Amino acid sequence: MIETYIDETTEAAATVAGRLRIDRREFLQFCAATAATLGLPTGAEAAIAKAVEKAQRPSVIWLHFQECTGCSESLLRAEHPTLEKLILDVISLDYHETLMAAAGHQAEAARKSAMKANKGKYILVVEGAIPVAQDGIFCKIGGHKAIDMLKECAADAAAVIAMGSCASWGGMPSTDPNPTGSSGVADVLGKPVVTIPGCPPNPYNFLATAVHFLTFGKLPEIDQLGRPKFAYGRIIHEHCERRAHFDAGRFALEFGDEGHRKGYCLYKLGCKGPETYANCSTIGFGDVGESNWPVACGHPCIGCSEKGVGFTKPIHMTAQLKGMSPPASYPGVVEQQGKTSFVSAAALAAIAGAAAGGAAMLAKNLGKQDDVPAPKKGE
Amino acid sequence: MDRRTFFKASLAGGTALAAGAASCPAQARETHPMPPEAVGLLFDSVLCVGCKACVAACKQANGMPMEFSTKDQYWDTPLDISGKTLNVIKAYRNGNMEAKDREENGFAFIKKSCMHCVDPSCVSACPVSAMQKDAKTGVVTYDKDACIGCRYCVAACPFGVPRFTYDSPTPQISKCQLCIHRHKDGKYAACAEVCPTGATLYGKVSVLREEAKRRLALKPGEKTEFPRGHLRAAEEKALRGAPEGKGEQRRQGWQDDGAQRYPGVAGQYLQHVYGEKEFGGTQMLMLSGVSFQKLGYPDLPPRSDAATSETLQHTLYGGLIAPIAVLGALTFIARRNVKHEDGEGGQNG
Repeated sequence: MIETYIDETTEAAATVAGRLRIDRREFLQFCAATAATLGLPTGAEAAIAKAVEKAQRPSVIWLHFQECTGCSESLLRAEHPTLEKLILDVISLDYHETLMAAAGHQAEAARKSAMKANKGKYILVVEGAIPVAQDGIFCKIGGHKAIDMLKECAADAAAVIAMGSCASWGGMPSTDPNPTGSSGVADVLGKPVVTIPGCPPNPYNFLATAVHFLTFGKLPEIDQLGRPKFAYGRIIHEHCERRAHFDAGRFALEFGDEGHRKGYCLYKLGCKGPETYANCSTIGFGDVGESNWPVACGHPCIGCSEKGVGFTKPIHMTAQLKGMSPPASYPGVVEQQGKTSFVSAAALAAIAGAAAGGAAMLAKNLGKQDDVPAPKKGE
Repeated sequence: MDRRTFFKASLAGGTALAAGAASCPAQARETHPMPPEAVGLLFDSVLCVGCKACVAACKQANGMPMEFSTKDQYWDTPLDISGKTLNVIKAYRNGNMEAKDREENGFAFIKKSCMHCVDPSCVSACPVSAMQKDAKTGVVTYDKDACIGCRYCVAACPFGVPRFTYDSPTPQISKCQLCIHRHKDGKYAACAEVCPTGATLYGKVSVLREEAKRRLALKPGEKTEFPRGHLRAAEEKALRGAPEGKGEQRRQGWQDDGAQRYPGVAGQYLQHVYGEKEFGGTQMLMLSGVSFQKLGYPDLPPRSDAATSETLQHTLYGGLIAPIAVLGALTFIARRNVKHEDGEGGQNG
């Protein structure tokens, strides 16, 4: 598919490759990888490449509130071919407190001018929870309270993406007793936004969402919690590489025991895979290899992306399984076994008929026997 | 037979029956009591997540083959217990199956395996003592060398548990024996050993009954702790590891761990411990949120069939008095009715 596409767009791809200082092949690989993450059909990478090639890079304003910058850090470490170059050049990152060179009034001015120039067109990404207790005095940037800054930036944004668990639903800062009243973006704005929960989330989940927006001009399909379905549609447990051990009842009972060393299921160590919706078990995290997500390296999932699980339930507390309605292959309470064929039914009817006939004849003969001696008596 | 003879005969027969019944009231037997050390299982349908780990472990522990009910023979998919399957998890389905442990528009999982009755019908019905109840543990065992293949046990069991391997040239009965062959190694029922949620729990029946009552007393949604594996009485020390407590035995991992507990939330239970009273009691107790009849477990009286049938039999045949009396009465009638047709009998006529 890529090959057929290349002919049509060689020139355009070359332009973009030149701009990004990567070769054309690497650029097309990125487009294909993004399409795969999104679960798009073959051929979609062409549309993605076309969208990315467009000179107009969408403006992105990236806000940081109550957070650790882990989401940004993990995003920077996404290492598909020179991805950090791509993401910084494909989009126009006009405001990002960690990455921008500007500081102080310059930074504020950059944000204001980007908002003004791209009014109604820029993407707002929020990282970190927003404190709302006591009028939100717990977090201020450039003299503005987080809650005010969010509302100001969200007002004219084309799309709002909440990056990480903190922005999605409060995350770690909202852990009980939550003195600062940390809340997610959707709660503060009072409207649903796209959320990419995780601590940190897989950078490709964010990239795929952003590229989807670039390509199709709209955000991907989301569930009732604002999570893109391509990434958060299933529980981790469903595609876990240790799932076969769960089904066979082979569990690690403590760290370092025989079961743990053999790679058995971590459910009894408190793995939250069965109640956490994310694609950790299907796509590798941050390009460090498929064996480096928590469950693969021997630690139970803590459910970092799931509200009410991550940072709420104790790490080694047993998970409450979700989605366990019985598959079709499970037997019902009463299972009809064996089939009655026409031949066997006919044979059975024949036997029954013979038996009935025999019984009738026997009864008849019994009567006769009684009759027979009678004349003898008379003799 | 004239009217007079008929009355005589019926009187004689009635007397004989009455004599038989009166002569042996001691034979009337009550339902057997449970052995004090009886072991069994507690199956909690509310905790069961339907993972079928118990089905897989049972097959492994008992060396049973796979059984297929689907076209593609990839997975062990038994439809019911059979000659190849001693334990199976079945699903109750209703409507759109949106909630677990609910009768309407819900679903539930149920375990099907031997109930290990306190007073088992199969043991009572077995003519050759191939089915026996272990005096200490109360486990209902089967001896294939003693079995004559009459299948009385199959017909006698109210739960339909003993299965006959019809497809084998040397058929035998197959039923759960609570992994009694593993007990000598200090292990217990494999199904309970692997259960991730403690839905199948092994232990002394007295301890399990207490645990079941404890769960029924919980309010739905209340936080609690659930044991897993082998539930021991509080005073009973779990046998694990070296005396100092950190030996190698503890590190056997999933193979055995007797004292697992985990925090959880109480579900919605029917206030009924199935098997506590049913049929004279069973050593497998069950809890559920859905009526047991819907899960395929019959509503049974507290008196076992074995007690009823044995009382009947022992009354009728006690000391062989009744049969001898009946035989006497019948002989009397027969002799009365003999008509000598040659001339020698003429005196009577």
